[in-house]
Amino acid sequence: MSTTLMRWRSLAWVLPALVLLLVFVYYPIVDNLRLSLFSWNAFSVAPTFVGLDNYRTAFHDPIFWTALRNNTVFAIVSLVFQVGFSLVLAALLEEFVHERLRGILRTIYFIPAVISITVAGILFSFLYNPEIGLVNRLLGAVGLESWQHSWLGEPSTAMGSIIAMSQWQSIGYTAILFVVGIQRIPKEFHEAAKVDGAGPIRRFFSVTVPMVREMTTLIIILTVSGAFLVFNEVMVMTAGGPSNSSQVLGTWLYRNAFLNDDMGYASAIATVIFVITLAIGAVQIVVSRRRRIQW
Amino acid sequence: MVMSAPSPTPTPAPTPTRRKLASPTAATSAKTPAVGRSTRAARLGARATRLAVWLGLALLVVAVLYPLLWMVFSSFKSNQEVFASPWGLPGELRWGNFGRAGSAGVVRYFVNSVLVTSASILTTVLFSAWAAYGLVRLRVPFGGTILGLLLGGLMLAPTVALIPLFGLLQRLHIYDSYWALIVLYTAFRIPFTTFLIRAYMIDIPSEVDEAATLDGCSPTQAFWQVILPMCRPILVSAALLQALFAWNEFVFALVFISTGDLKTLPVGLMDMQSRLLTDWPVQFAGLTMAALPMIVLFLIGQRQFLRGLTDGIGK
Repeated sequence: MSTTLMRWRSLAWVLPALVLLLVFVYYPIVDNLRLSLFSWNAFSVAPTFVGLDNYRTAFHDPIFWTALRNNTVFAIVSLVFQVGFSLVLAALLEEFVHERLRGILRTIYFIPAVISITVAGILFSFLYNPEIGLVNRLLGAVGLESWQHSWLGEPSTAMGSIIAMSQWQSIGYTAILFVVGIQRIPKEFHEAAKVDGAGPIRRFFSVTVPMVREMTTLIIILTVSGAFLVFNEVMVMTAGGPSNSSQVLGTWLYRNAFLNDDMGYASAIATVIFVITLAIGAVQIVVSRRRRIQW
Repeated sequence: MVMSAPSPTPTPAPTPTRRKLASPTAATSAKTPAVGRSTRAARLGARATRLAVWLGLALLVVAVLYPLLWMVFSSFKSNQEVFASPWGLPGELRWGNFGRAGSAGVVRYFVNSVLVTSASILTTVLFSAWAAYGLVRLRVPFGGTILGLLLGGLMLAPTVALIPLFGLLQRLHIYDSYWALIVLYTAFRIPFTTFLIRAYMIDIPSEVDEAATLDGCSPTQAFWQVILPMCRPILVSAALLQALFAWNEFVFALVFISTGDLKTLPVGLMDMQSRLLTDWPVQFAGLTMAALPMIVLFLIGQRQFLRGLTDGIGK
């Protein structure tokens, strides 16, 4: 058999993965762009072409902007906790905790990340529940009755309560990734800094932070794109309510597609999400390429 | 619990600056009497820092574990106990709550989740391993393009594909069936899994294949008899991460399954919540049953989990 033929035959190994990828990942995402230019619902025989009307609808839709703002707040809070706090946590674990105990703590902190968002979401909706929940009881026990809320039932606290749950679930996960990053730093760097008289805080900023920069970039990208794709948490805990105060792009898309039956508008929202994640991905590529040149 | 554990003093490196970081021994401070007062202050400061750090870490342990313990304890309680003694242990172990949760749908959802998860593990790992083999070892035509498509696939989000997939699955007549979820869970996880396995395969020396070829192995035989067994550790990691993904996946399971009997745990639990409303102990029991398998799997296969995560994100 000729070698060219063998090379072409070897494509069979890649074929199943490639076909699935093209049919179920790439085709739908391209098709979504087309669908966003039509006005249609699940039962319409012939969708009508409306150009950019669906995007105009989004622009004039206050709930769309609420959703976008909620996603942005989600991203910012997640950056503070899942990048800032987690990095400090990882550094503390490495600096202060003996190896044996460190493993145990790491395992404990990671556990919330392996239970499903649905379970965590329902569990937290019980914790926030005014009748059986622990949050209000805890506040009552320390004399802060005035802070008690119907956490998921009030527009002013619903989104914050959801975001708090998400931090509970994800801090351990990113902390573990940082721990791995820190462990990859050659021991001599810290030793040298110690010899130069640098204390733990100085070494954190002068050795740890710069040396885990690559991991930090990756985690920032993961966290931010995760915040713009958030869906499950909100769906389970509030479904976007009360009065749309906790709507995010994902749940607003879902509501328009499958409850309001305005598929065209939902596709337009999907495109907005697509553009945002694409931009984040582009940033990642640019940043990692620039670094490669530097090194 | 953690606080009472013996505070481990790190084995001191014999550098003089060490005392600034950790509790110094009497010997080192005796050697430097001139700066005795300032070292004592520094030592006190270091001890205070250490105490604060430990307190913080212990508080975090409580914050992480307590909600989960509350869930498990409440699943054994009676409805009154849930209200009256939320902080306490259950008066007796009411296993019946789990039975009631089971017959309220959790068993059904559980079986569905097991089916969809195991099937998608099989297809995802197999197809990804094949693709990785083709890309790394056989250098397929258009390898660069295919790699680019896989890389792009890493960034594409399920939500964006939701509406077109709704139509596509109906046209393929797999909407509202296990197949819808199995196919989607496979397709959307192939990029990640292929990169994971590929990174591992690259590190296997090519002499291995050459030896196999000299022994008369075809590429197919070399894959099944030599390469695949050698990739076992990363295949385990890939399978575990796929299990975690498929077991917990929500969006697709919500949109593409409408028959109640076909629902997987994440969506089924949400249904159950609105059905049972205030039968709290049964709800807690359902949550516990859904959470437990992944926690156990993680505790057993921790090392493989973490290798998969860090290799997948690092390379």
